[in-house]
Amino acid sequence: MNNEAAIGHAHRDDLGSKMGMWLFLFTELLLFGGMFILYASYRYMYPDNFKVAAMHLDTLIGSVNTILLLTSSLTVALSIAALQRKQTRFSVYLLMFTIVAGGAFLVNKYFEWSTKIHHGIYPKGPEMANLSDGEVIFYGLYYVMTGLHALHVIVGLVFIGFMIVFILRGKQTFDNYQKLENAGLYWHLVDIIWIFLFPLFYLIH
Amino acid sequence: MSENTHTQEHPGYGLYIVVWAGLVGLTTITVALAGFNLVGLTVVTALAIAIVKSLLVTNYFMHVKTDSAVFKVFIFVCIAIFLVVIILTFFDLTYRFPLK
Amino acid sequence: MDHVSYLDYKGKHKGLAGWLLSTDHKRIAILYLVSLIVFFLVAVTFGVLMRLEMLTPGRTIVDPQTYNTLFTLHGVIMIFLFIIPGIPVVFGNFFLPIMLGAKDVAFPRLNLLSWYFYIFGAFLVILSLFVGGGPIDTGWTFYVPYSLRTQSNVTLAVFAAFVIGFSSILTGLNFIVTIHRMRCPGMTWFKMPLFVWGLYSTSWIQLLATPILGITLLLIMMERIFGVGIFDPALGGDPLLYQHLFWIYSHPAVYIMVLPAMGLVSEIIPTFSKKDIFGYGPIAMSSLAIAFIGYLVWGHHMFSTGISDTSRAIFSFLTFIVAIPSGVKIFNWVATMYKASIETRAPFMFVVAFIVIFSIGGLTGLVLGALNTDIHLTDTYFVVAHFHYVMFGGMGLLFFGGLHYWFPKMFAKMYNERAAKWGLLLFVIGFNTLYFPMFIMGYLGMPRRYYDYLPEYKIYHIISTVGSWILVTGILILIINLIRALLKKERYTEADPWGGTTLEWKVATPPSLENFDEIPVVEHGPYYRENLIKPEKSH
Repeated sequence: MNNEAAIGHAHRDDLGSKMGMWLFLFTELLLFGGMFILYASYRYMYPDNFKVAAMHLDTLIGSVNTILLLTSSLTVALSIAALQRKQTRFSVYLLMFTIVAGGAFLVNKYFEWSTKIHHGIYPKGPEMANLSDGEVIFYGLYYVMTGLHALHVIVGLVFIGFMIVFILRGKQTFDNYQKLENAGLYWHLVDIIWIFLFPLFYLIH
Repeated sequence: MSENTHTQEHPGYGLYIVVWAGLVGLTTITVALAGFNLVGLTVVTALAIAIVKSLLVTNYFMHVKTDSAVFKVFIFVCIAIFLVVIILTFFDLTYRFPLK
Repeated sequence: MDHVSYLDYKGKHKGLAGWLLSTDHKRIAILYLVSLIVFFLVAVTFGVLMRLEMLTPGRTIVDPQTYNTLFTLHGVIMIFLFIIPGIPVVFGNFFLPIMLGAKDVAFPRLNLLSWYFYIFGAFLVILSLFVGGGPIDTGWTFYVPYSLRTQSNVTLAVFAAFVIGFSSILTGLNFIVTIHRMRCPGMTWFKMPLFVWGLYSTSWIQLLATPILGITLLLIMMERIFGVGIFDPALGGDPLLYQHLFWIYSHPAVYIMVLPAMGLVSEIIPTFSKKDIFGYGPIAMSSLAIAFIGYLVWGHHMFSTGISDTSRAIFSFLTFIVAIPSGVKIFNWVATMYKASIETRAPFMFVVAFIVIFSIGGLTGLVLGALNTDIHLTDTYFVVAHFHYVMFGGMGLLFFGGLHYWFPKMFAKMYNERAAKWGLLLFVIGFNTLYFPMFIMGYLGMPRRYYDYLPEYKIYHIISTVGSWILVTGILILIINLIRALLKKERYTEADPWGGTTLEWKVATPPSLENFDEIPVVEHGPYYRENLIKPEKSH
């Protein structure tokens, strides 16, 4: 290894690494924050249209997806605890469960979107011309916000996939698991964003 | 560096499962409440429950409760700025589109 | 380990690759410096062409559509590729770790990555000129609904700005962690140089404001590509919400531009005044205060757009508050110089020019921040003059000031100070000849971004265009003078040419690859002088 590369790795700073991750999470939070501002503004401008549009979203799918994400968050947290106790295998299984749950979330999302698209409710879709302004905006925000969230789920799953590899190769161990913790932080953030998206889109009555 | 050794007690599996049960319980409540007509309080209750849920996730799953205090300050700054921005935006909206 | 300078260091990669793949913060700073100067000169060229077009009413050299493209590109390149990255990526990258007594930033590879994001974004900007509907004509603000309707290639240009924003976020993130985690023993928060405080405040804005712009630009892309209804009034959207989101980022971005420049002033003044800074605490805290208040005032860009009267009054009031921390800085700088035996070396003269020009910019800012006068002056040349006084006269001037201050340390070459002072003099004369008439014609009603104008404005436009030639002469003298210094054979190895007190003057010139042979231990404040002569008490 040359000296140049050595500088960055001269010492390990877990707290610094975690701090970097948290700061990155803030940027994600404010990325969605910008959309929450839009959501709040338009909901204020079109309260009735939003109510009508939200009726057409499937609360059951939304609820199931919420439980899936919460549980996957739990297993990530547990997997760190397992690694700390040197239960490497258990830790990997828990992460695999997370990937399965995250995958199931995406599958549900896929069916939800395709039902809507099937009914012609999508940007420039045939049904959109019959909708009021507020409903068009609602679905616009719905597609963008849940779509961007789904993108984050995919990225999170890829991160966790890497973590499984790292654990199996012994690069993340009971006394060196900051990468796993950072991946976990990212996954929890994805969960938190959904915690807010869910009532705002599915539970307006 | 001393911070790397993670000196604090590792939280047990039990705590995480209790927190998870709480989160699922709150989800059930918020879905159930959506069935009632709470008039103006619908958004408020839904958001209040969401805030409690996210506090549970950040404090326990994300370890903010036991972590260095600097993260609490950071989170506070981030949330404060977001709130300030949304409040100032609403000074425009609420007076531009007054409620009937 | 051998004491080898960062300029001579030979790593795994040789030649150009040794620079393009280096994660050393000093080499990355030089990469940024070269790219920034190139884009600066390109945007200056567009500016000069615009002034040339405005020399006479009607067509002078280009057609109206080209003129629209010129002012858009001038704005986009200057703002996103020069002013916003500006001082942090060059001087911050180079000197932040040294000033903190560290060997590098917290995440060296991320640092290099952010340069590649920057270059990729710049590449996309250039690409957007030649593909699709051709060069953008929206102005740098990309206001809807025009940006949704125009045939020009807004989608790609907006994506470019998104990518550059990402680069900015990564730099901010890196600096915050560096400042929190990499301070050397003894370097407590209030022993950090004030430039670091400027960078720290800036980094927080970069981190917490840029994502809002990111999502806004992303939504424009969504609307253009998929026809999603978000801002388009034809689909029930509210274009004013676009402006809100845009300025929620872009007003704080003004402080991304100027806070590091102010930090630089706080370095240069004590060095040449041979004194400790007056009011260290207030200057440091005023940086944080400006960063926070910067979030509260974006609405003053929208006074004439039809936002509610209540919010206009609130935003106008809040805008005045920004003047307080800015004033705190100016007074403390002047107090530092008071009764000091000042050495009027070249870098110091940049600061003097800055204080005068920036004060004009700041005071005319109050005229625009006041609701009633703004209604008269909005979208006129008065605004153009104002933001060039604060941005170009603030950040732009001090970018050169910083370059002259740290040039010997960075390149181990000394430039001709006389030539630098002459260049600066022409810069200042040209600057005022170029922009001051804009205050007058703006006041008289000349609207900005217009291709044509009434004959009564002609005299101001002529003066202004002549000013642009003087200004460019000054800039060229400054740059050529530095290039000539670079071409000198012999190295300049004086560690502390100006008598500075911060850590970067205590390391070798040029700095070694790891900055310090051993990590220093700090005992005193950043501007402490052992043999300081206390000024006699006045009667």
